[in-house]
Amino acid sequence: MSNIKKAFEKGKAFIPFITCGDPSIEVTEQLVYTMEKAGADLIELGIPFSDPTAEGPVIQAANLRALTNGVTTDKIFDMVEKIRQNTNIPLVFMTYANVVFSYGSEKFISKASQLGIDGLILPDLPFEEKLEFLPLCKQYNIDLISLIAPTSHKRISMIAKQADGFIYCVSSMGVTGVRSEITTDVSAMIELVKKAQNIPCAVGFGISTPEQAKQMANKADGIIVGSAIVKICEKYGENCIPYIEDYVKQMKQAIL
Amino acid sequence: MSKGRFGVHGGQYIPETLMNAIIELEEAYNHYKNDAQFQKELSDLFQNYTGRPSLLYYAQHLTQQLGGAKIYLKREDLNHTGAHKINNVLGQTLLAKKMGKTRVIAETGAGQHGVATATAAALMGMECEIFMGKEDTERQALNVYKMRLLGAKVHSVTSGTATLKDAVSETMREWTNRIDDTHYVLGSVMGPHPFPTIVRDFQAVISKEMKQQILEKEGRLPDVVLACVGGGSNAIGAFYHFIEDTSVKLIGCEAAGRGVNTAETAATIATGRLGIFHGMKSYFCQDDYGQIAPVYSISAGLDYPGIGPEHAWLYDTGRAEYVPITDEQAVEAFEYLSRVEGIIPALESAHAVAHAMKIAPNMDKDKIIIINISGRGDKDCVSVAKYRGENINE
Repeated sequence: MSNIKKAFEKGKAFIPFITCGDPSIEVTEQLVYTMEKAGADLIELGIPFSDPTAEGPVIQAANLRALTNGVTTDKIFDMVEKIRQNTNIPLVFMTYANVVFSYGSEKFISKASQLGIDGLILPDLPFEEKLEFLPLCKQYNIDLISLIAPTSHKRISMIAKQADGFIYCVSSMGVTGVRSEITTDVSAMIELVKKAQNIPCAVGFGISTPEQAKQMANKADGIIVGSAIVKICEKYGENCIPYIEDYVKQMKQAIL
Repeated sequence: MSKGRFGVHGGQYIPETLMNAIIELEEAYNHYKNDAQFQKELSDLFQNYTGRPSLLYYAQHLTQQLGGAKIYLKREDLNHTGAHKINNVLGQTLLAKKMGKTRVIAETGAGQHGVATATAAALMGMECEIFMGKEDTERQALNVYKMRLLGAKVHSVTSGTATLKDAVSETMREWTNRIDDTHYVLGSVMGPHPFPTIVRDFQAVISKEMKQQILEKEGRLPDVVLACVGGGSNAIGAFYHFIEDTSVKLIGCEAAGRGVNTAETAATIATGRLGIFHGMKSYFCQDDYGQIAPVYSISAGLDYPGIGPEHAWLYDTGRAEYVPITDEQAVEAFEYLSRVEGIIPALESAHAVAHAMKIAPNMDKDKIIIINISGRGDKDCVSVAKYRGENINE
């Protein structure tokens, strides 16, 4: 069983996202340990990209802060190496196709695998283009995570049949960011997935409050929260750790 | 290999949210491109609204002064709205209308594509929103006013470098937000398939006319076709029907900004490498880690860190050549053509004029160059005056 599947073994999974290097690479490392203790089951580590076209303003700004701080893919690899000496929590990279491609796809994927990264999420890599990276991901035992969206309809079963790790269910139209209301019929999306393959489904895009988390967790196997956490990084900078700890505890509690 | 490839380039690297919209667009386009009624409506618009065919003008004074090859200018600047952009926009907006869309959105750099889209939306009674980098709204304030006058809503984009690439990113984000009633009128031969093909087909009218016109005037094909390249829509339009005629040299002129050895450049072929961005695999200006470079050119329309996938392929195969032209060379050409022929070219097109000034004197008098004057330069007078240290109020 892949390390990712283990994240969904103990009930509903809480999956926080943070941007590596925001506010600093040292704080990112500490946040991984803190969030694990606070109840995170799998952590999404964002590798910043200059032009993150699937992100809303909050994560766009985090990408910019991280890049301005001088964070690079190699520095993030070094950080993961340290993290893996201290914890075995499932870790996935979330970044854009060019970050992987430009580093050298095989060099990136083999290195990530060797350092203990379990999966890779690329929001600009749809089903039709997944052969760009899938053979290498299979070769090096990294789950290439598939996304489904409110517009996917008939595509869901095609995507789900070939999916690895878990399915990232995009709950809202548009880009990442907190929303007051989620109107998509997430249950219907997940039902289509489960018909095609019994694979964990985690819901993301727009979730920020414990109430929303609870509501979504009733339908899904896990909850992904990004912008709400990144906002705390933005607000408290180097001092964000205890605030994020509290937030993760609260969110995990809500989905238990 | 996935759909829409030009060699290794192209493809559809976009969020899942957009995939069904892109598939729907491809199906609609494949249907309407062979639909006689659609083609009739479009050619009627070209003829009676845009003013096509655009002239192929023999630039006698330019030819004599440079003292070499015979130079013709393809006058896309005479199109309604002042640039080649309208060719693609009328095609796409008509297509969007047939698809039942009621709203169009678009990015714009210099503002020409935004003005053209706002124009087509006004003509066809559609809602229109334009995304433009904040820096560009400042250097192209007149075009911002025109778009508003035409009924469009203009969003000033402040993310990233606040130029064309950020306007594209923001328009893509808006499209993922609202797809059902909205078509994204992409302005260049870039982005995910089918855009590079659709835009090329609508712009190919340029080389189709060029070929007929030069055969009528000279009884033979040109030796060189020159066009400026940002994303590359006017260039692909000017090259397309000559690709099979291997005697015709195709040269794309990129914006070198302050020079290809500086960081302030937008010359993708000269300084970029293979990457994946804005929905396509192609060449991009980027750093070692794949971060897209904050490119620069005096010309807002060429200030883009990538190049369309078909150009990347024409470069790979050696069928077309791409040369960098600096701000200084483009400004000199802008002034020179104005003075010599009484034609003020867009700063973008001036990059192609600059290369003609380099090569024409060394060519025999029986050789023929066609320069695609992709747009007119009224919009650039403030920038050029400023470049020369003069402050003019509009």
